[in-house]
Amino acid sequence: MEWMAWSQVTAIFFISIGVILVCMVVAEIKCPTIERKGFLPIIATTRGDRLFIGLLGSAYIHLFFLAVSEQSVWIAFGISVVWLISVLRWG
Amino acid sequence: MNLKVQNNKAWFLVLPVLLLVAFSAVIPLMTVVNYSVQDIFDNSRVYVGTEWYREVLNDPRLQASLIRQFIFSGSVLLIEIPLGILVALMMPTKGRMASLCLVVLAMPLLIPWNVVGTIWQIFGRADIGLMGAFLNGIGVNYNYASNPTDAWFTVLLMDVWHWTSLVALLCYSGLRAIPDAYYQAAKIDQASAWAVFRYIQLPKLRNVLVIGVLLRFMDSFMIYAEPFVLTGGGPGNSTTFLSQTLTKMAIGQFDLGPAAAFSLVYFLIVLLVSWLFFTTITHLDNKK
Repeated sequence: MEWMAWSQVTAIFFISIGVILVCMVVAEIKCPTIERKGFLPIIATTRGDRLFIGLLGSAYIHLFFLAVSEQSVWIAFGISVVWLISVLRWG
Repeated sequence: MNLKVQNNKAWFLVLPVLLLVAFSAVIPLMTVVNYSVQDIFDNSRVYVGTEWYREVLNDPRLQASLIRQFIFSGSVLLIEIPLGILVALMMPTKGRMASLCLVVLAMPLLIPWNVVGTIWQIFGRADIGLMGAFLNGIGVNYNYASNPTDAWFTVLLMDVWHWTSLVALLCYSGLRAIPDAYYQAAKIDQASAWAVFRYIQLPKLRNVLVIGVLLRFMDSFMIYAEPFVLTGGGPGNSTTFLSQTLTKMAIGQFDLGPAAAFSLVYFLIVLLVSWLFFTTITHLDNKK
């Protein structure tokens, strides 16, 4: 864990991102994405677009939560998971 | 159903680029993430979780830098984009003068950032600088080293001088790519100069303007060397932008954890704004 100053949390974080990307590749091979319009305003999105928007949104949810609240970051994590799933499913 | 099996071996050709991007961008970014959740001092590391994020997000010094940075980038775009279009429209289309204009316009782009800062530092000096001495000579009390308004004016003017050429050159290439048939049709319809600009030139310039706006936004948002050399962030903190605050934190104070946390916030802002620009323009393209 000394290499690149890894910590367990950051390792889990990047492994999760990697697993999500592998799942996206598998999903694309099994069932190619079709652009569609969901609840996201103005734009039609592909599966990859929705993942990007979901992850970027999650990052901002965490930052906003950390800026305004002293409570546990796990609350922000919970909100982010709901947001990510919602965007992927209905975005 | 007889589906032809696609040969995907060509994807292996992407591998060198992937490795290059991994070593130059992804792995350093991962290191920054690692640093942002730890307190690193000498050889010891302590896991601190989200503490640095809370600290930097509530740091008034960084908030002030962020606001200054947005004002600066907004001002740069508001000045350089229309000015660049205007310069491109006024440039000769052919002949020696066209070549001369292109060379003259390209010159500021060839000068290194810190040299640009030095040029304007001397140019703006109230005692020996051409601009500073001239302004004081005609009765304008100008001193960028002591007056925040003058410092902002000089930093903005320097950036406009350095980078408007880029927008102008991009627009010029866009204008030259418009087929003559459009202008001939406009002439037959007796279209005014404004109508030609509004309905022919501006729509055709959209793609180059997207590149111009994106480049100028990202570059101005990351500006460091020019204001650092020119004003050193002063007077006070009036021209201290994000990258200067970050550098001071990371290299001056060796607060690697907070600096890493703030780098990621900085990165997310650039990512969001660039994505919004890109998506808006792509959407406009698809709508057409």
